[in-house]
Amino acid sequence: MKDAISQFAARCRSCPITGLKIDPTASILLRLHAVVSVVCLLIGGIAALLLVLTRWEAVHLLDATWYYRLLTAHGLNMLIFFIIFFEMAVLYFAGPIVLSSRLPAPKLGWLAFVLMVVGTLIVEYYVFAGKADVTFSSYPPLKAAPNYYLGIIFFAVGALIVSLQFVATLVIAKKEGAYTGSMPLVTFGGLTAAIIAVITLLHGALIYIPTYLWSLGLMNVDPQIYRLLFWGLGHSSQQINVAAMVSIWYLLAGLTVGGVVLNEKVSRTAFFLYILFISMASAHHLLVDPGMGPAWKVWNTSYAMYLAVLASMIHGFTVPAGIEMGQRLRGYTNGIFEWLRKAPWSDPGFSGLMISLVIFGFLGGITGVVIGTEQINIIVHNTLRVPGHFHTTVVGGTALSFMAVTYYLLPLIFRKQIRMYPLAKAQPYIFGIGITVMSVAMTFMGVFGVPRRHYDSSFSNALFTADFNPVVYVLQAIFGIGGILAFLGLLIYVLIAVASVFFGRRFDPANPEASAGHVPPGVIKLPKQAHEGGERVAKLHKTGTPGTVVLVIIFFVCFVLYYFVNWKSLAFIWKIG
Amino acid sequence: MSDESMHSALVGPGSDWWKPAGRQEKIWVTVSFIWCIFMFAAMPFWHFKGGQNPSGTRGKVDPMAFYARTQKFIEDYSVGTDQGIPVVEPPAGSEVYLLGQMWMWSPVLKLKKGVEYTIHLSSLDLNHGFGLFPVNINIQVVPGYDYALKMTPTEAGEFKIICNEFCGIGHHLMIGKIIVED
Ligand code: HEM
Ligand SMILES: [Cu+2]
Ligand SMILES: [Cu+2]
Repeated sequence: MKDAISQFAARCRSCPITGLKIDPTASILLRLHAVVSVVCLLIGGIAALLLVLTRWEAVHLLDATWYYRLLTAHGLNMLIFFIIFFEMAVLYFAGPIVLSSRLPAPKLGWLAFVLMVVGTLIVEYYVFAGKADVTFSSYPPLKAAPNYYLGIIFFAVGALIVSLQFVATLVIAKKEGAYTGSMPLVTFGGLTAAIIAVITLLHGALIYIPTYLWSLGLMNVDPQIYRLLFWGLGHSSQQINVAAMVSIWYLLAGLTVGGVVLNEKVSRTAFFLYILFISMASAHHLLVDPGMGPAWKVWNTSYAMYLAVLASMIHGFTVPAGIEMGQRLRGYTNGIFEWLRKAPWSDPGFSGLMISLVIFGFLGGITGVVIGTEQINIIVHNTLRVPGHFHTTVVGGTALSFMAVTYYLLPLIFRKQIRMYPLAKAQPYIFGIGITVMSVAMTFMGVFGVPRRHYDSSFSNALFTADFNPVVYVLQAIFGIGGILAFLGLLIYVLIAVASVFFGRRFDPANPEASAGHVPPGVIKLPKQAHEGGERVAKLHKTGTPGTVVLVIIFFVCFVLYYFVNWKSLAFIWKIG
Repeated sequence: MSDESMHSALVGPGSDWWKPAGRQEKIWVTVSFIWCIFMFAAMPFWHFKGGQNPSGTRGKVDPMAFYARTQKFIEDYSVGTDQGIPVVEPPAGSEVYLLGQMWMWSPVLKLKKGVEYTIHLSSLDLNHGFGLFPVNINIQVVPGYDYALKMTPTEAGEFKIICNEFCGIGHHLMIGKIIVED
């Protein structure tokens, strides 16, 4: 054991900026997962553009077959491959790297990576060969070629191994004294994500293995049970995303403005609530399903008190408050909002963090809770409001936070300057605005009854037509423009990431000033991460974070208004019970 | 924090971090908690006071048996056809059967405004989605399950049933009709 540790000490380099020791295998695996993730993002992004240009009826680019095929490809490449590969990279960062620990079993890490890549390749083949036109949720009796399910299983087993190895890293890091006391909050958030990942992936096994056997004709799968277990996987994995995203928020807050953790107890309890309330998530996909009764639905979406929502509302306060306090510690103490005005808005790490926070909170969070209400779901289920909602959570929130953190990972981990840095400064704005415009347009189309996953809302060859309100066609154009803008933001990100990794100039951590103008400011001069108590700090404690208080009041008012507006519009429809 | 020190999320907090939260945080957590409880309570409340609940009666059904039941329903109350699909005018307040299959809804229903019907939804093959347009009532239709919902049309007119669950390559052609008369 001792030997392994000293070997590690020899192998690993220490980062002069953050002082973190870097295990070389962890660092390579981190980079590989990140690179594959970005490739999947590009595939999913191209599919997204074509989907947008198809659902925008005035363009209607693809034929029906390719619309549904690329819908499947987009869902899988984005929601599963891009996101999960990236999360595995985050786990390598939050574990071995933040804790300056060695990786317990580097070979297992390689095995997991290979499994995930092979699984991905299998799935891509079957989807693009037209043997799995089933959308990412593949509800039976809709059937794909058996190997499609096998590919997903490979991928999931790989991800399971990475998550377990992360947990093992925490154990040996503690044992070998890589850190003392409690782990940093970023790691704690990573741990939350990893635990949820393990539970989620076990759900995955529970559903994909029987489905694989069913596709081979070896057993039966009940369509309703499938939907229940599938969303045990499908939505719990969104909890992984949330936990990973919030960890990244905390991380970026620290790196960009020296944001602090106001209270470890509060933030950690909030993370813990995510784990406790994880399976809630499955139920809100089934609110208008025939298999379960109202008591089951109400209980399982809320466990009687929506504590996972509470958790997000808590982070929604503590993250901006930590940023505000960080800025106040840096001297921006005038008035309520000087900290916000004088924030580094041209640092893509910071702007990405803030835009992600706002989109996730104001749009994603509020719409999610409202449409996940048992009765309100009647006017929402399977309309465009649903993708309108989750493109503000998992895309405007999670994906954007992943993009933002990349601008720090490139110099800190990849040791590369950022290519086209001026473009990088604009990227979070382009992507954020695009996704917001697109999602809001989708949401309103959904209000007019436009369905999701639907090739032709003009019903040109159907028996009957549905004459949508003409506003829908205006909304389609807005949706199209927003989608194209978001695609551009995505493309810029991919180009910058690829160009920097493969053709970037070296970033020299011993002499960061030499890279000025090609890396974010936090990398050149890391804001102070710890402050001794003293008169000044004590005074700031007393003031607290008035700016954040104002922001959450605005947030709360929007939330309450949106909530009641939806109940009101529900009350107008036919009586149903 | 006792020593009033502060640190970022990248720095370990030491072992002693179970400390009282600040006043602003406490208030926010409390307000949020009350709001969460309120949002929970609204759901059972609406079951008692509200007119729109996805409760219904639910049960398993053999898809072929549901198909046969729908055929019988059509025979009993058929009043014609529309685009080749039987039009059915059931008696006020009766049990109504609506079958989803790739890629049509049958039959076309003729209902009376202000009258309550029990509408049974099921599928012969895949998952389908009952999306009543332009009212915007959306219900999942799962093969092997009979979802019987009491519905009372509150306005007269012609309504469409858009399939809003992906059900194969003809999904976007799957649209049905409900006519509501005064
Ligand atoms: C440039 C960015 C993006 C654009 C323009 C975009 C656009 C779209 C469009 C047009 C649809 C089809 C909606 C429908 O017809 O029902 C869609 C579906 C979807 N998108 Fe995106 N998207 C983007 C990024 C993402 C990302 C980053 C993720 C996940 C992390 C994601 C996850 C999904 C999922 C899960 C679906 C549903 C697929 C299905 O219904 O089977 N999207 N997106
Ligand atoms: Cu259908
Ligand atoms: Cu359909």
